[in-house]
Formats: sequence, C-alpha cells, structure tokens
Amino acid sequence: MKKFTLSAAVAATIAIFAGAASAESNSAVLTIDGQEITLRAAAPDYIDVDEVISGWSFRTAETQALQMDDFDNPGMIFVDQAIDDWNTVDGSEGKSCASCHTGGPEEFAGLRAELPRWDEAQGKVMNMEDYINLSRVEHMGAEPWKWAKPRMDAMVALISLQSRGMPINVAVDGPAADMWEAGRELYYTRVGQLDMACSNCHEDNYGVMIRADHLSQGQINGFPTYRLKNAKLNSTHARFSGCMKNIRAQPFAVGSDEFRALELYVASRGNGLSVEGPSVRN
Amino acid sequence: MADNVKPRVRVPRSAAAGEAFEIKTLISHKMESGQRKDSDGNPIPRSIINHFSCDFNGENVIQAALEGAISTNPYIQFEASIEESGTFTFTWQDDDGSEYTDSKDIAVG
Amino acid sequence: MQFTRRDTLVMGAGAAVATFMPLQVFADATDDVSAEFAMGETITDGGVEITAPEIAENGNTVPISVNAPGAVAVLILATGNPSPKVIAFNFGPRAGASSASTRCRLAGTQDVVALAKMADGSVKRASATVKVTIGGCGG
Repeated sequence: MKKFTLSAAVAATIAIFAGAASAESNSAVLTIDGQEITLRAAAPDYIDVDEVISGWSFRTAETQALQMDDFDNPGMIFVDQAIDDWNTVDGSEGKSCASCHTGGPEEFAGLRAELPRWDEAQGKVMNMEDYINLSRVEHMGAEPWKWAKPRMDAMVALISLQSRGMPINVAVDGPAADMWEAGRELYYTRVGQLDMACSNCHEDNYGVMIRADHLSQGQINGFPTYRLKNAKLNSTHARFSGCMKNIRAQPFAVGSDEFRALELYVASRGNGLSVEGPSVRN
Repeated sequence: MADNVKPRVRVPRSAAAGEAFEIKTLISHKMESGQRKDSDGNPIPRSIINHFSCDFNGENVIQAALEGAISTNPYIQFEASIEESGTFTFTWQDDDGSEYTDSKDIAVG
Repeated sequence: MQFTRRDTLVMGAGAAVATFMPLQVFADATDDVSAEFAMGETITDGGVEITAPEIAENGNTVPISVNAPGAVAVLILATGNPSPKVIAFNFGPRAGASSASTRCRLAGTQDVVALAKMADGSVKRASATVKVTIGGCGG
C-alpha cells in the first residue's frame, strides 16, 4: 500500500508541472563549427518511442547556446587538458598516447559511435574507459585511471570529439545480445523508495516537467557532458548513479556489470542520433 | 597554484584598422566563492580568479574585477579595436598570488 | 504511512533547496555598493542595457551581457546574492565597445543590475529579473 501511494504521489507531481512545460526545440539539425548534429531521428524498432531526440532539444536557449560554439562550451577546457595528457609520458614503458598513436586522437574517429561494443580479442563488451585503460596498462605500463574521475572523463571527451556528428551505431545483436537484454531489463525495472524505472521518466514522460526540469529521453550520445550543475564533465555511469539517487535507490557501482549493461542498452536507444560529446546540459 | 588552470582565448587572426571585433576568454578555475561550508559546517575559504586584464601592444583593452559570484571556469567576452598589427596579452590573477597568462598575435590589413 | 502529494513535493524540494543559499533581499548591500560606485552622482535609468535570461536553468551558470555606449566602467550586481558584487569592468583605450559578457551565479530568483559610469561621471542604471529554477533531477 505504501508503495502505491508513493508512486501515485510521484505521478501527481509530474502531472502538476506538465502544464508548465516549455515546448522542446523542433529543429532537426544543430551545426557546431560546420559539423552537423542530428537532433531527431526515427527510433530503432526495438524501442517504444517514435522518434529519438537529443537532450539538447530539451534545454533552454541559453543552455543550448553554450554547445553551439566550441569556444563557449566549457567542456572543451577538459578536452584541452586531455590533449596535455595525450602527450605526457607515463608508466614503465616510457610512452605517452602519442608515442603509438602517431596520427593523434583523430585515429579514433568513429570509435565513440560504436561503443559499447563486443571485442573479440578481449572476449567482452568494451567501452571507452576500458580501451583507455587497456592502452595505459598494456602498452604504457601505467596505472589504470579510475572511472568517472576528471582525467578519465576528459580523455573520453577528447576521443569522443573525434566522432562528433557521426551517427550512433551500437550493435544490439551478436555476442553482445545477452548483455543488451540485461540492460533492457534494468531499464524497465522499478527500484528505490520512489519505485521508478528509467522508463517512467525517459520513455513515458519525456517532454514534460519534473518540477522545474524539462525531462529528456535520457540519451547518452552527448556524454561525457558538461553540466552547469557541477561545472565539470560527467560520465555516463556517474549520471546513472545520480538518477538512481534521485529516485532514492542505492546506485550500482560506477563500472559495475549492471551499469555496463545499462550503458549498452541506453546507448542503443540513441542509434541514429549523432555523437555530441562533450555536450552541455543543465 | 590551483590545479589544472588552463586559459583559452579566441582572437581573430586579422582585423580591419579601427573596426571593433570580438574576443572570448575562458579559464579553468573552480572559483570557490567563500560562501560555502564543508560537511563539518566550517566555511570553505574563498579561492577565485579576482582580476583579469587584456592589453594590446601595451595599451589596455579591458580590466575586470571578478567576485565570488562569477561561475566556475570564468568566461569573459568583450570587444577590441586596434590600428596596427601586434599582440594581445591576457592576464588572470588568482587569490593565491598566481598569475596565468596567454597571448595572441593579430594582423591588421 | 501515507504520503500526500504535498509531502512528496516538500520532500523533493528540501533536497534541492539545501544546495542553494536562502533567498533573501539584500537591498541595503546593493544600495551601499551602488552609492560607492556612483561617488555622489545621481543614478538615472537608461543608457545601459543588461541582457539576462528570463528563466535560468541552473543558477550556477547564468549568462549576463551589458552594453553601455560611452561608458568607461560598468558594475554588475546581483541584488539577491549574499554579496551583491558580481564583476566590474573598466574599458581601456583599445576597447572596441563598452560592452562585455560573462557567466555568473545567482542564489535564487532576483534582479540583476548594471551600473554604467559615463565619461562625464554620470551614472546610468538598468536591471533585469532572472527566475532561477530549482530543478528536478537536472538542477
């Protein structure tokens, strides 16, 4: 009974503010320094919405403007910091990223669009943090970086940027299918004191207001994202963790199997949108 | 010196003599306002960039006195107008006495 | 235990409000700082523009622009912040215009004020109201 009343209260809260919703931006394309970003695309057939929409579309004009020019985007400060790290020798092998990747971060154009993806050589689904640490440990002889920390998030942003504008194209079948299915299960499972699933906000109620916040589809094509709230880059797993705290659930650990599965599933929900990272959100 | 402070400036490569153009600056800095308290309730001391200036060939373009109300990673945009080619210099002063600088050349004509 | 809608709203709002400074009117502080800037001159409205969003999605990063043709200095004040001064600009001989933009923190819904000092010493004033939303999950 308690569960029922709580959920009803949450529904009422969302409904109250729905009337105050500002209409989301209808433009289909955003151009940043000449690169076209797809803001709206036909949804993949395995999800229950007609159209996938970038989180950019749900923000106010002022927040949107911060992403429309790379100089105005404070996330680019961290990209600059990552370029320094890219060129810094670390570890027992006396190498930097640049020692092997002589073509620069540009060598990784296209990578972000496919991640997370099954890697046959590694025998598992890999995401960007895995690849960065694989290189640090095996090629540089350096300590792995912790996930969701500034240096890691900045390097993820630098490598993501090389794929900006490319369509997200995450494989949902093949060897990754079981993990994808586990992610989907998590997406629809109600958890926490507020007894809510990802889908309650980001599938059933995107476009309406949750208190003063305009709910998006919870797409992760723009990650890592610079948030005005904490004035730094935020990783996908850190955002998942924040969402779980907001619904008063005990978050899974950053880098956990659960969040890895959820990332794979949520990433695939954005197939057709563009890589945007580092984006700017509230 | 605060960690990881990195200035970014954007100045056009060239400009027409006497015509105003835009300059944008951004520097990574936490801008601890002095208004916050830690988990034990003790005030966190202020630690901000308190002054910014931009000069061109020794002449001032703009000076700014920043307070704790300026956002993390301070952004300042303004306009300049010059008559000859030269160099813009940018200086940010930190509460801890550190100074961060950057410079950009520009051609007139 | 029964939760009413109101309880739920309060419960959620409490968590968000805790991260903001209590919203008060710091009118006296604003007056003092304005008088100091004006140095005895009467402050008149007009002759300076201030641009700020009507609704700020997050009070941590609010874009503010001022344009004060002919001004030698501009002071921006946030009247509802615990300390009203935001930034003071002085325009030098190589300034292309007496205009500038920055991003500031606002502790809550309030008026932001621009005071401009003209070459003849006179002081102009403009203000804009910014609503700062206390977000749901985003804020």
